[in-house]
Amino acid sequence: MQRIQHDETDQSDELNESSPFAPQTPQEVDTMLSAIGADSVEELFDVPEAVTFDGDFDIEAKSEFEVRRDIENLLGQNADGTEFLGRGHYDHYVPSVVDYLSLRSEFLTSYTQYQPETTQGFLQALFEFQSMIVELTGLPVANCSMYDVATALGEAALLSARVRETSGSRILVPETIRSERHSVLENYADGAELTTETYPLDEGNTDLDALSDLIDEDVVMVYAESPTTRGAIEERLPEVASLADDHDAAFCLGSDPVALALLKEPATVGADIVIGDASVLGLSASHGMGLGLFAVKQAYLRQVPGRLVGASETANGRRAYTLTLQTREQHIRKERATSNICTNQAWVALRTAIHIATLGASGLADLAEDCVTTASEAAARLDDVNGVSAPVDDRHHFREFVARTERPAADVVSELADRGFLVHEAGDFEIQVCVTETNNDEVDDLVAAVREVLE
Amino acid sequence: MNYRQATWERETDSGEPVNEPLLSEKRTGTVSHDDVDLPDELVREELTLPEPAEPEVASHYTRLSQMNYSVEHGPYPLGSCTMKYNPKFTEDVAGLDDGAIHPDRPDEYAQGTLAVLHGLQEYLAEIGGMETVTLQPPAGAAGEFTGLLVARAYHRSNDEDEKRREVIVPASAHGTNFASAAMAGYDVVELPSNDDGRVPLEALEEAVGDSTAALMLTNPNTLGLFERNIADIADVVHDAGGLLYYDGANLNALLGRARPGDMGFDIMHYNVHKTFASPHGGGGPGAGPIGVVEELTEFLPDPHVREAEDGSFEFYEPEESIGKVHGFHGNWLVLLKTYAYISRLGDGGLKDTSAMAVLNANYLASQVDLDIPYGPFHHEFVASAGDVDAAEFAKGMLDEGVHPPTTKWPEIVDEALMTEPTEALSKEQLDVLAAAFTETDRKTSEELSEAPTTTAAARIDQASAARNPQLSWRDVEGHDE
Ligand SMILES: Cc1ncc(COP(=O)(O)O)c(C=O)c1O
Repeated sequence: MQRIQHDETDQSDELNESSPFAPQTPQEVDTMLSAIGADSVEELFDVPEAVTFDGDFDIEAKSEFEVRRDIENLLGQNADGTEFLGRGHYDHYVPSVVDYLSLRSEFLTSYTQYQPETTQGFLQALFEFQSMIVELTGLPVANCSMYDVATALGEAALLSARVRETSGSRILVPETIRSERHSVLENYADGAELTTETYPLDEGNTDLDALSDLIDEDVVMVYAESPTTRGAIEERLPEVASLADDHDAAFCLGSDPVALALLKEPATVGADIVIGDASVLGLSASHGMGLGLFAVKQAYLRQVPGRLVGASETANGRRAYTLTLQTREQHIRKERATSNICTNQAWVALRTAIHIATLGASGLADLAEDCVTTASEAAARLDDVNGVSAPVDDRHHFREFVARTERPAADVVSELADRGFLVHEAGDFEIQVCVTETNNDEVDDLVAAVREVLE
Repeated sequence: MNYRQATWERETDSGEPVNEPLLSEKRTGTVSHDDVDLPDELVREELTLPEPAEPEVASHYTRLSQMNYSVEHGPYPLGSCTMKYNPKFTEDVAGLDDGAIHPDRPDEYAQGTLAVLHGLQEYLAEIGGMETVTLQPPAGAAGEFTGLLVARAYHRSNDEDEKRREVIVPASAHGTNFASAAMAGYDVVELPSNDDGRVPLEALEEAVGDSTAALMLTNPNTLGLFERNIADIADVVHDAGGLLYYDGANLNALLGRARPGDMGFDIMHYNVHKTFASPHGGGGPGAGPIGVVEELTEFLPDPHVREAEDGSFEFYEPEESIGKVHGFHGNWLVLLKTYAYISRLGDGGLKDTSAMAVLNANYLASQVDLDIPYGPFHHEFVASAGDVDAAEFAKGMLDEGVHPPTTKWPEIVDEALMTEPTEALSKEQLDVLAAAFTETDRKTSEELSEAPTTTAAARIDQASAARNPQLSWRDVEGHDE
């Protein structure tokens, strides 16, 4: 391997031969080799001939400018369109201060706080994140992230099975759950020999009769969502909680930090576990990348998956933070760990915390109230269009709602897309519309387009 | 090196000594929802949260950031973690507005994003020598779990799932290997290393059989050693009807020189936040794509990206898909940075990356006086702190202005200091790091027990943190109200 002297060659050769992120000069390479006692870098590789790769990947090196230009061009092929999309992934405005602070390299380029004395900053930020989730859920224990809400749901199921005194094998989830989320849950459940079944909803509320017919002593967890995938605020959570409790099943509630700022505290309605996508604050639309929120009641503390930051003190009596209860984790407990998670979504949690801090209690409360108002206003306006009735579910809504259309929803969705508006197809004759502050000023245009398509 | 980490030691209003008060100790607000159009029983009574003004937010987090050691401060040689420089331009690429789309867009409205995903699938397949790559798993451990689900689906399709209940994992493997196998419903069989630190072929022959679902291996292994017998290992596992899984944590050693697919691995994960420089973010996010051989392609997670006949890209569900391992499409922003990094380096840059990573590790080892019992190693080595507790040794190194290595793992080396400098450290930085080892080695046990003295916090009482967990500001003793 011939390294290129950075200042002697033209750029194209340099691009083809060496990494711009490896600083060694040819002279240094020589010095280092003689210190090692080797003649060449090749000699350092103890790879048998038979498995040596001597081909090419055919990946052409590019300059930074070229990479940025090419990716900009590629992503530019994402067609223009105003998204009224939600169903578990939301686009709220993220203030500039979140980017500027979270992108500080001290945060961005550090890793897990194995040495707490030199990583107090990130530890405190994660501790504050956990604390914010505690305030929002009313539950005393929140970890500092799972990958996303779907994997958090999987972990919740495994936790529910572990904490039960008697064994059980069934998990009940609402029929409106996103099929993708359900699929992740099934994959987590399968290894623990748990199975999942859905229970019906009635106008956005749990069908309690159906649920009580389904539930028995074999159920380890009942999952409910509020808001539901269809945007409805569920009104029967306390009843679901007590049904679960009667059968010694854990009650897991799915929500998100904006909704939690407004809705009844999960602890008050009887939730044992709360999961959700916390990145609704902190990340704008990001193709589904998320941040799994995970909070539990005190009794489950030692069974929690993932990292926990705790407060402690230093040898000289100063408050300090550290990762704690690590004997739950894979690097110590191996196959008996509470989860396999190692790398998590810590930096997204930092962003979420900065976003919440920037909003403050009042800003967050206002944002949550707006999610109710904008959804109900948009639903009312669509309801005025001939051939549309909205909302379908006779409930209060949060950010989004389902509308019934006289024409097949697939046609409506595609004709709206042709006009530059992206909405969900939620059923054969149902579309779903999500409104936040980022698209609210285009609701007029959306309503006009729906009118064109339907009237 | 005379190093001092920033700190703003002070007391809170109630006299508690802290570095930086909690946000909740500065100003909080309590709100209730009086005019929202919802029935009372659905609405929370009140909510209390910090209420700082933006300048206060900025100051708080800037101070916190300065109490946090990072790759850009200096050496961060955490073994197995590949803490390399994270090129800045990838952040700008990740910040492009055109990439900020909803995951439920129809394919024809997401052609740009699909093109990037498809391009990355192809890059990674080529680099790993695998047939097909899925990008859905959100970290390395999630990749392991996904890979084992694929293995299970494969055995199920052969009606062998009932009997193939075991996954074999070398004792020196990362904790996630064991935990992922257990989560996928397998019994874990631990394989001890032989005297030269590698997989013992005879013991492996004894361990495999009808009940073997897979063997999980890292190569180079966690001692940095190449498993020279890899072709034989692959034969043993395959002859027994098992699959061979590659833990890609150490791929930074081999870019362009050896490919897991060519070594006989059937499934592998890539730790893109290690090998391909997406930042570690204080613990994540990462991404853990997996690659598989042709026979396993139809089991990959749903959806997968392919190129249609007209040259456009589309999501589709592989015929015997295991279903999903992430609610949407994985950690998109991380994947985008990975694509940018690989595009920047190209063949030559990738190859040079491994060359310089291996050179750096070998040079550093030549300058470190501690015992390094196993070799020849590649991109990392495991030194022994000898009579000194490795965790204590690490605290001593903190005072030299560097981040210490990974400690006490793999256990096969006493008081292990697993050290991975990566290609990104200059010779000068390697010399600084070597000096930090030497200086620390000179410290008396008493000096070590008092270390660190230069960091924002002195030694932290871990035991009492676990005994008396304070997990939110509500629990904190002396917390200002
Ligand atoms: C050898 C090895 N395998 C697997 C993993 C797990 O990867 P991740 O942290 O991305 O989940 C790690 C990470 O630290 C590792 O070092």
